[in-house]
Amino acid sequence: MRTAGDLVMRLQMTRGMRLREAKAYVADKLGVSVRDLSDGVIMQDVRSEFGIGRSTELENECVGEATAMEAKFNIAELLDLPINCVDRFRDRVPSLAGERGAKDGTSAETKARAETKGVTS
Amino acid sequence: MGAKVQTRMGDGTAVEMTRDELRADIENGVAAAVKRAKVPPLDDDEAAHLLDIFAAQERMTGVRAGDEVVLSCDGSASLRASRLDCLTDAEDVGNDLCELQQPDYSYKAVKTVVPTEQRLMQEAQYRLTIPVQYGAQADLGRYSKPDGPCPNWSMLLPEGRIDEARAAQEAAAAESEEDMVRIGEAMWEAGTDGMNFDTSGAAGDADFLAVLKAVRRLREACPDMSIELGMASEFVLGMHGELEWEGARLAGAWPAEQLRLAQQAGATIFGPAVNVNTGRSVAWNVARAIAIIKPCMDVATIPVHPNAGMGVCGMPMHPFPPVDASSRVSRAFIEILRVDGL
Repeated sequence: MRTAGDLVMRLQMTRGMRLREAKAYVADKLGVSVRDLSDGVIMQDVRSEFGIGRSTELENECVGEATAMEAKFNIAELLDLPINCVDRFRDRVPSLAGERGAKDGTSAETKARAETKGVTS
Repeated sequence: MGAKVQTRMGDGTAVEMTRDELRADIENGVAAAVKRAKVPPLDDDEAAHLLDIFAAQERMTGVRAGDEVVLSCDGSASLRASRLDCLTDAEDVGNDLCELQQPDYSYKAVKTVVPTEQRLMQEAQYRLTIPVQYGAQADLGRYSKPDGPCPNWSMLLPEGRIDEARAAQEAAAAESEEDMVRIGEAMWEAGTDGMNFDTSGAAGDADFLAVLKAVRRLREACPDMSIELGMASEFVLGMHGELEWEGARLAGAWPAEQLRLAQQAGATIFGPAVNVNTGRSVAWNVARAIAIIKPCMDVATIPVHPNAGMGVCGMPMHPFPPVDASSRVSRAFIEILRVDGL
């Protein structure tokens, strides 16, 4: 999580994607190069920008930084990937049920962020 | 005699070897794999690259930037801290994945405390961003007397009571399969990202069959569940000898066949294991392990994460594998086999 390993891992775990495909998918969604995925300096900023969580307790003490569940809601949308605990959390909170508006699972906010970064998919 | 480099034996002790000695060990390691596992040898370029990795004088080595792989794991726990603290520590130090485990690491033991484990998983999911899976092993021996309900096949076999020993293993496998499915469904309900069936086949072919059947049922019940199937060793022991999975005999299966069966069952990640010979050098062990696992990469449609923990796949059999050895083992697997993770 200091870089993007947790995101690549999620694609391997849930989609069974091979490494090369998973890294390319994540890089595309984040609007960075594959090499950037393992650059801790770049990824600290990128993770904060997308609200997908950063690595240390110290950084998460900053108000406004995504907490774990917030980060996972954002990861699910960003990667268009089901995350079990996110789906169950949503089911337990009636006002969140059906909140996943866009058909492709990507919110307008996430799409806007991606477009700002030049991501086309 | 050429200059010597410090390398390691399979138990982690330091040893000095020349480049020629390392080359000989790599050749012998590959030859041992070819003879035992009936696999093709590494080609000349692969063997030469392995030699360069092990003959380098640097303390540590690594892959090129951009070639990094993800790291999976089998258990994120310590006896000196709470399990939730261990999971958050795993996230803080940069792990890509962590695993909630019960210290006994046996699904038979877990089944008596499932509600507690579910609540802990739910709490872990609320606290962590990285994926959290649940893991244990089938541990088929626990189902035999005096610990379990089935006759003890390890006592029946030496007495020549083969049919009874086989029936006992089949009964134990059925019990184990039910436990693993029940626990898997319960942990999915609690929000787990996936299940890890670790050390599969430790008690032989019946153990492996129980895992394959559990994986198939969980895949059907929970299509989005990550299912990691890690092996106990390079070769499935024929403790039963006649068990099959969809027409394939399980006894004697090597990693490529194990992977094929895991894929058929519905696993998402496969973890081959090759045992370390502590009396041989790490170079010998890695050469042998890579040659044995290489056929996996030709048939893999799912990620392959070789079990590169202590005493497996060339990693020294020591609680703290020295970084000069661990970095060389990791680099060799990534650059020669193009594995998807470790």
